[in-house]
Amino acid sequence: MHNKSVAELSRELESGKVSSVELAQQFLDRIKQQDGQFNSFISVTEDQALTDAKAADEQRAAGNATPWTGIPFAHKDIFCTSGVRTTCGSRMLENFVPPYNATVTENFRKAGAVCLGKTNMDEFAMGSSNESSHFGPVTNPWGLSKGEKRVPGGSSGGSAAAVAARLVPAATATDTGGSIRQPAALCGVTGLKPTYGRVSRYGMIAFASSLDQGGAMARTAEDNALMLNVMAGFDPKDSTSVDRAVPDYTATLNEPLKGLRIGLPKEYFSDQLSPAMEEQVRSAVKEYEKLGATVQEVSLPNAKLAIAAYYVIAPAEASANLSRFDGVRYGYRCEDPKDLMDLYTRTRAEGFGTEVKRRILVGTYALSAGYFDAYYLKAQKVRRLIQQDFINAFKEVDVLMSPTTPSPAFAQGEKTSDPVTMYLEDIFTIAVNLAGVPAMSVPAGFVDGLPVGLQIIGNYFDEARLLNAAHQFQQVTDWHQREPQ
Amino acid sequence: MTISREDIEKVAVLARIRVDDEQVSALENDLGNILDLVDQLSAADTDAVEPLAHPLDAVQRLRPDEVTETNQREAFQAIAPATENGLYLVPRVIE
Amino acid sequence: MQWDIVIGLEIHVQLATQTKIFSGSSTAYGAEPNTQANAVDLAMPGTLPVPNEQAFRYAVMFGLAVNAEIERRSVFERKNYFYPDLPKGYQTTQLERPIVGPGHVDIDLANGETKRVRIHHAHLEEDAGKSLHEDFHGMTGVDLNRAGTPLVEVVTEPDMNNAEEAVAFAKKLHSLVTSLGICDGDMSQGSMRFDVNISLKPKGSDTLGTRTETKNLNSFRFMEQAIAHEVERQMDILEDGGVIVQETRLYNGDRDESRSMRSKEEANDYRYFPCPDLLPVEIDDAFIEQARSRLPELPDARKARFKEQYGLNDYDAGLLSGDAKLSAFFEEAVSHGKDAKLTANWIQGEFSARLNAEEKTVTESPITGAQLGDLIVRIADNTVSSSGAKKVFESLWSGESDNVDAIIDAQGLKQVSDTGELEKMVDEVLAGMPDQVAQYQNEDDPKKRKKMLGGFMGPLMKASKGQGNPKLFNEILVKKLGG
Repeated sequence: MHNKSVAELSRELESGKVSSVELAQQFLDRIKQQDGQFNSFISVTEDQALTDAKAADEQRAAGNATPWTGIPFAHKDIFCTSGVRTTCGSRMLENFVPPYNATVTENFRKAGAVCLGKTNMDEFAMGSSNESSHFGPVTNPWGLSKGEKRVPGGSSGGSAAAVAARLVPAATATDTGGSIRQPAALCGVTGLKPTYGRVSRYGMIAFASSLDQGGAMARTAEDNALMLNVMAGFDPKDSTSVDRAVPDYTATLNEPLKGLRIGLPKEYFSDQLSPAMEEQVRSAVKEYEKLGATVQEVSLPNAKLAIAAYYVIAPAEASANLSRFDGVRYGYRCEDPKDLMDLYTRTRAEGFGTEVKRRILVGTYALSAGYFDAYYLKAQKVRRLIQQDFINAFKEVDVLMSPTTPSPAFAQGEKTSDPVTMYLEDIFTIAVNLAGVPAMSVPAGFVDGLPVGLQIIGNYFDEARLLNAAHQFQQVTDWHQREPQ
Repeated sequence: MTISREDIEKVAVLARIRVDDEQVSALENDLGNILDLVDQLSAADTDAVEPLAHPLDAVQRLRPDEVTETNQREAFQAIAPATENGLYLVPRVIE
Repeated sequence: MQWDIVIGLEIHVQLATQTKIFSGSSTAYGAEPNTQANAVDLAMPGTLPVPNEQAFRYAVMFGLAVNAEIERRSVFERKNYFYPDLPKGYQTTQLERPIVGPGHVDIDLANGETKRVRIHHAHLEEDAGKSLHEDFHGMTGVDLNRAGTPLVEVVTEPDMNNAEEAVAFAKKLHSLVTSLGICDGDMSQGSMRFDVNISLKPKGSDTLGTRTETKNLNSFRFMEQAIAHEVERQMDILEDGGVIVQETRLYNGDRDESRSMRSKEEANDYRYFPCPDLLPVEIDDAFIEQARSRLPELPDARKARFKEQYGLNDYDAGLLSGDAKLSAFFEEAVSHGKDAKLTANWIQGEFSARLNAEEKTVTESPITGAQLGDLIVRIADNTVSSSGAKKVFESLWSGESDNVDAIIDAQGLKQVSDTGELEKMVDEVLAGMPDQVAQYQNEDDPKKRKKMLGGFMGPLMKASKGQGNPKLFNEILVKKLGG
């Protein structure tokens, strides 16, 4: 059962071959037996899961099943879950049990899905390796058999590792600068970052509000479509969510790709990319040509500035978003504060990890008097240039394709000494968040036994086309079916 | 771009994060490197470019003025570090 | 040295919406601590703001009432600072693009002149919670019920030159927002709070001096005192050759002293930037026209109408038109009492004195406008004397009875106006006072005669058991005594 996709499990449940409770128990057992080596979960909610599974079985018996009724899955520990600890990977929220649900959490509950637990992540989603988690690093299932401890990517590294290791068939994730696509690529799974505003951010703990977007992680594009069907939609509680009809994303998965116009941004096939990686990506593009797509080179001339703009905008927003963690109303509070200043400075020094503090300080600096114009305003202007690049590109092509990452999964500890080296890991993914367009990462081969991701970028609200392109690719390739040993 | 120890200490106060001398030294290096990365921005020609705050060119929706929330003090204060008589407690604030 | 005083005001006006500016929590005053502070107000992780339409409608109404431009596209910014009553660690406010642009308000001064005070802008923002400083084992308690209450902050140009003008402006603004119904105007509960910026410059100089800001004045009296206090303080410093430090000061009205709030000044760098959780708000013509259609009669228009409709003089019309509730009370009274001048006198006299003495607002008055009107009718038709009328007023106020005529009957306050009966009484009294009559008739100075006439009134009132109509007594006396 653990090798089946959400779509397949849904059919098994419908046919009565297995019950929700049995399914939940099987996956819970796998987590118990195996997650010691990955550390992909921060919390496993066995009792709640079995209660929910029982309710799902009853709902199915009553004839009220949705495709998600009784399907086990996991939430990234950034989505608030009422009554279940939500840590955001931080000591600051180590014991935080919200009395409310995120809208995404609520949507999965309403669909009858069974949440098995909360997955590990970089602290406050700040990281590309899952090494900044207060709950310890996550180990990539790939490479373990060779005794290598590699990163799963981040910040949604727990979700990616759990899906790759078949501990859950699907997991939610979030993406601010690549945090879905990069771990999906490094763990050999399929991930989707929707258009900004497509999925509600309510109850999803904020990192950078104008960039954060919740999305999907599973082994297949079809499962991504099933997830987006549940996640997408207007939410009156999120001013930035978009009031726009949600199509059935599974309905168009089988459209033929003949005539699909693919653009290859020349800036993303630069010398930062190893020849081995490039070869894998180019051969994936060849598959698309076989499916009837046409390929042309395009240019995103300002893409090279994306990292610089991002590392102003994201920390600036984060510096304000994380001010609420002050030890007053919830979360960590330092011992015996002697005065108010001591309460604030010690709570925040002790409650936040190094990378989070670093970004808060950078953001505070960029917004401070005398630097605002040179940093923040300048970055926002560059952001518009980057957006315009995408708008121009989509006048000529339907989708853009590139590698998701410059290299496959690196070893734990390899990039922790220098933050900038780590930041460059997201060199191909960050521009997408600045523009707000949707993008996926799809398994597209291996280099040295490690998965390679193909990034597919679409125009605003063109998720259905991305999912269609990814699904058709998965009909003719089996990279996404490969299982780590 | 270098960032001085004084700048780091000032910013740390603004951000209410205690940093010791050793951390300031590490931050001097790390933040300096990050700011070097960020300084690539200055090369961009952005004359006549409007800043982009949001990826979508949308306008704000307004909510009708109707009470939708009920008293949930008990639930919220159950997760608070220190409360008394329904109030959140903090070290004495001197006005 | 002679000095010019330069005053600008910043006024925080709490809007009378049902819910907070960014959440559906109630804004009702006086609830138990933190019972109206919900997930969004408490800045729980992941929660997001959604703005209240009514707050924008009220802000637009305010803008229209002060002759201001309404900004079609306004933007919320985050003002970053840490304080226990500020849950998010930033205040959501408007800086670069406020909803209300430049406007103006005209104020009436005691010397009869009108002065124009320019409004620089007015913006929407959220209020903070309250820190309660009574001792909780050396800790401060924080109540976040008020956090997120919508405010319009009005910023004037430095157009006022003395305390009188500043107070006149403050009162005018109070009357505007209460007339609009966008604020309950209850200053003791903090519904309107005034910050005063004051600077001095040598008389006639074009260069503004360094200013100080005195914060959170919550009564007109304190405002007047605080200005006098601060002007004196600055003058003393300047005349001793000192310099004014730009700072925020806190005024203690009970002790008439002020001190610097150095804590507020410490490393202020608010790092404003556009709030990424909110989008630009666009206000279209339809919204503005709808707000305009909801504008009630404003004080200036009402004053003109009171002069025109009721024949009131400028002073009376000004006093009665300022406060919407007092205006309504007056109009109810006059619709019963007919005599507008007499009604105006009673409202400004007896009625206001009683309200002040008992620290009541017009709406808390135990007397209705209709009752006062009924009383005015009985004064005008000579049924009661003015001293009798005061007794009736007392009975109405104390709630003994709600019917004017019933009180007059019960207390025997009806005046005797039968001339035959009154003449008989005059004859009897004069007969008993021959010396005074002779003295009166020998006196040539009309002033002294008038004064001596008063000497007969006492015995006459006594003879009529206080019920004789004094005006008629007077007429009969003059006739009988031979002019």
